Amino acid sequence: MASTVAQGRGADKRRALGARTAFLGPGLLYVTAFMTIPILLVVSYAFLTRGRFGGVEFPVTLENFVRALDPIYLRVLWNSIFIASATTLLALLIGYPTAYAITRLPVRWRTVALVLVVLPFWTNFLIRTYAWIVLLNSQGPVNKTLESLGLIDAPLELLYTRGAVIAGLLYAYLPLMILPVYASIERLDRSLLEAATNLGASKFWSFITVTLPLTLPGTMIGAIFVFVPSLGNFIVPELLGGGKTVMVGNLIRDQFLKARDWPFGAVLALVMVLFLAGLFAVQAIVARRINGRGARA
Amino acid sequence: MTQKHLVEISGLSKSYGDVVALDDVSISIKENEFFALLGPSGCGKTTLLRVIAGFEEPDSGAVLLGGENLLSLPPHKRPINLMFQSYALFPHMSVERNVAYGLEREKLPKDEIRSRVKEVLATVGLMDKARTRPAQLSGGQRQRVALARAIVKRPQLLLLDEPLSALDRKVRAEMQLELKRLQHEVGITFVVVTHDQEEAMSMADRIAVMSLGRVQQVDTPVGMYQRPANVFVADFIGTSNMFEGVAVAGGVDVTSFGFLPAQDPTPAVTGAAYLMVRPEDVRIVDDGGLLTGTVLETQFFGGASTIAVQVAGHLAPVVLTCQGTANVQRGASVQLSWLADKAVMLAR
Ligand SMILES: Nc1ncnc2c1ncn2[C@@H]1O[C@H](COP(=O)(O)OP(=O)(O)O)[C@@H](O)[C@H]1O
Ligand SMILES: [Mg+2]
Repeated sequence: MASTVAQGRGADKRRALGARTAFLGPGLLYVTAFMTIPILLVVSYAFLTRGRFGGVEFPVTLENFVRALDPIYLRVLWNSIFIASATTLLALLIGYPTAYAITRLPVRWRTVALVLVVLPFWTNFLIRTYAWIVLLNSQGPVNKTLESLGLIDAPLELLYTRGAVIAGLLYAYLPLMILPVYASIERLDRSLLEAATNLGASKFWSFITVTLPLTLPGTMIGAIFVFVPSLGNFIVPELLGGGKTVMVGNLIRDQFLKARDWPFGAVLALVMVLFLAGLFAVQAIVARRINGRGARA
Repeated sequence: MTQKHLVEISGLSKSYGDVVALDDVSISIKENEFFALLGPSGCGKTTLLRVIAGFEEPDSGAVLLGGENLLSLPPHKRPINLMFQSYALFPHMSVERNVAYGLEREKLPKDEIRSRVKEVLATVGLMDKARTRPAQLSGGQRQRVALARAIVKRPQLLLLDEPLSALDRKVRAEMQLELKRLQHEVGITFVVVTHDQEEAMSMADRIAVMSLGRVQQVDTPVGMYQRPANVFVADFIGTSNMFEGVAVAGGVDVTSFGFLPAQDPTPAVTGAAYLMVRPEDVRIVDDGGLLTGTVLETQFFGGASTIAVQVAGHLAPVVLTCQGTANVQRGASVQLSWLADKAVMLAR
């Protein structure tokens, strides 16, 4: 009797698992295929020798990895990390308060605000970036406004600077910070804040001790969402950096499309992938610790 | 009035749009009292606690704590602690950090915080869980943490919103006793919200019964049981037999079987009225009974039995309880009676 029940339950579990797999199937297959295959290709290319007209040839070598340690490339990597970090930090400083303010709006206005946040995504990324050239050039509205206000005498060199690249990336990816942060603040159990208040915490303290730590995992997701595409971006540095500001993205693209050094491009790409995987791992660990699952505090 | 009143709630009203959550609520709570707010779900119990704690602003009315106007204090400065229905433990903090949280806000010396946390964890029996996160505790343990976190602040008043409703039956019975013991031990005035009348009856010194945002009656459990103020309370507290009729001197004139005796209430009830008599006050008599009916069924509960008697002209069966086994058979014809002073007359 007991065993039939157990068996029945086992069968139920299998069926549930089957159903879940059926739904997961197509998406998972798609993602795995078009994620795994390129990564495997990249990994194998990284250990091969450059072909004369692009492509790869034998023998197997570690030469490409050694080359990546050349100071020229390290400087590009460092520059990219600096730009992506600055973008992420600014996105955090602007995005967190914005997301917080949206959660405090009446429900109807929350939806409006969120639509406004994602509105830029409705136009093409290139067009939006070109718009910044118009904005920032020496005769553009930003300079004109500053001049007419008498704040500057001569037009500022705004375009083709690191600042312009950061501004462009920030503009492009700020919504990717706001949305996950919004979701995590929205999900926060408000009775926790009331409990903090009831125990004597001021608004500021309950924010610092409750809201901030509990929204940290979502905030880290937002930071990764901004950091990852900023680090790999090559359109913005090209258009707004004027080719002066080279980032890893440009370097990788150039290795494949211009220099035709696929193995070296693969090494650079691999370094990026590992770096980002590390970031996601850190986020996952922090999220687990915050929620108190598994590890003891 | 031997004890002084710690809390004076007067004329408190609060509406959410068309929903009246609190309607002219006035209650006085004595110092060191174990006070229960009892009522069906949605009657405004949580709203009342939230107004006292400062999370809701009342539309009108006043709350005094020790004679001081409580409503003018910001919520985080009120000397009151609330134990949330959902416990609201901080998931990112260990048990001891949850408990220490309120003391840290008081900027007490570290040593004192540590010793008070230890002491209160010992009181609720959670010494060995000090470093555990709430997610790894059972429902009963979480409830104790929530309680510890509230009492460690030594508030003047502790509000508990359905503290036991998330626990299963057995643990709940244990925790009822434990709450009562704790209240004695820490000497804090408790206001416990519950929708379970047995829980309120067994724990509280006094009970306020609420319905639709209004206070129906405030009394001791025994007083409320024996002298319910109205039909709602009579029905909500315990089991009752109700007879509908017209009030006359010394009883109620019931349409289908004439005069039934009851105690004359003060103030007097006139016009349409109910007669209410508790099951344990109804007796089976050999002759000269007030009502005659046939036994519908009997139920034996170990120490006592319940007998349901169908009386012609009365819709619901009349229920009575007696000690030991019921000495009547199903289908037997019986006469029922009660003493006039055991029956209560209620306005309709
Ligand atoms: N924030 C709110 N907005 C609208 N209606 C509410 C709100 N809080 C409570 N109510 C309503 O007020 C009434 C009383 O609620 P509550 O105090 O939670 O009852 P109880 O705790 O006795 O179950 C209910 O009808 C409830 O729907
Ligand atoms: Mg409630």
